[in-house]
Amino acid sequence: MDKIFLYAGLALCALMLASLYRGVFGPTVLDRLIGVNAIGSKTTVLLVLVGFLFHREDMFVDIALAYALLNFVAVLAASRYFQKRGGLG
Amino acid sequence: MPQTQPPEDRYRAEADLVSGQVRPVKRIYSFLFVFPTMLALWVVLSGRFDAFHLTLGVISCALVAFFSGDLFFPRPPHPQQTFILWLRFPIYVPWLMYQIVLANLHLLYLTFHPRMPELIDPHVIHFRSSLKSELALLAFANSITLTPGTITVRCSPDGDFAVHAIDRASAQALPGEMERRVAHTFGED
Amino acid sequence: MDWVVTVMLALGLVFFTGAAVGILRFPDFYSRLHPAGKMDTLGSFLMLAALALQELSHFTLDNVLVAVKIMLIVVFYFIASPTATHAIVDAGLRAGQGAWHKPPGERP
Repeated sequence: MDKIFLYAGLALCALMLASLYRGVFGPTVLDRLIGVNAIGSKTTVLLVLVGFLFHREDMFVDIALAYALLNFVAVLAASRYFQKRGGLG
Repeated sequence: MPQTQPPEDRYRAEADLVSGQVRPVKRIYSFLFVFPTMLALWVVLSGRFDAFHLTLGVISCALVAFFSGDLFFPRPPHPQQTFILWLRFPIYVPWLMYQIVLANLHLLYLTFHPRMPELIDPHVIHFRSSLKSELALLAFANSITLTPGTITVRCSPDGDFAVHAIDRASAQALPGEMERRVAHTFGED
Repeated sequence: MDWVVTVMLALGLVFFTGAAVGILRFPDFYSRLHPAGKMDTLGSFLMLAALALQELSHFTLDNVLVAVKIMLIVVFYFIASPTATHAIVDAGLRAGQGAWHKPPGERP
């Protein structure tokens, strides 16, 4: 079962790399924000997976919960901030 | 923002929020709604069931719910409505999950279709919802975003919706059955 | 039990893949939000539910608490993800972001 978790985590990392393309080269700031948000949601799952790999689920679940909250607040704040910039580059 | 004559009690709710004068009865309603939620969260997150930690939880949850409960719900639902909600929400969720799975399969098909740009047709539709309470509008807006190829762009407190749909087929389903179900869940039909 | 967990993990990965590919392929940022907002939610739900099931395979009080916490993340996600999506689309509209339209000739 540990092997399956390991491969699932690796696959998640590969998908994060795909989303990272949008996060780095997205034509507008909001595209990059979408990429970052997608990476964040994958990271939450990845943290729980890492917890299962280390057999410390109780600790990593708390970290994942805090990360999900932070990710949500970050996206809200960033979108509120960037809407004031007209061009969005 | 399309401003169309908001109903009067919306202004009253905002005035209450600004001046801080929330009528005491309403305060108790929102306390009754916020306190159990917070306590349940406390118990799950702390994971200790001895008297000391539970007492701490009750005290701090009661204080926070008393101080700020009225900020979460400026117009709290009536207790009877809350009861209906707890009763009917578990029926709504499985239907919503089924819709979400259908929507995701449709979107998955679109995503991997080689001629995707010919299939999609992004456009914005407007409609007016008959839902009244804020919680019902929130649930409806979030359900729209989660289901068939549609994202809530704008949702005003008096029920004006702007929805971004990714193709014509997914736009036709709105508001339709989902609004009826949300209205039923929140006891507004 | 292991098979159920594996299948659910794989299904979640399929939806996550759809989300990643969709974010890369769709033409403008309004339509990119569709895969990002929806498929990520369902993918997270499937994978986290699988992990909660795995946690429940040794049935003790601590494990049940961890499983409940994992489902708490899922519940949070189902509320937060549409809200974040709405915040981004709202920011785009207010900044006057143009939308991609189908070329007129192709409309049926």
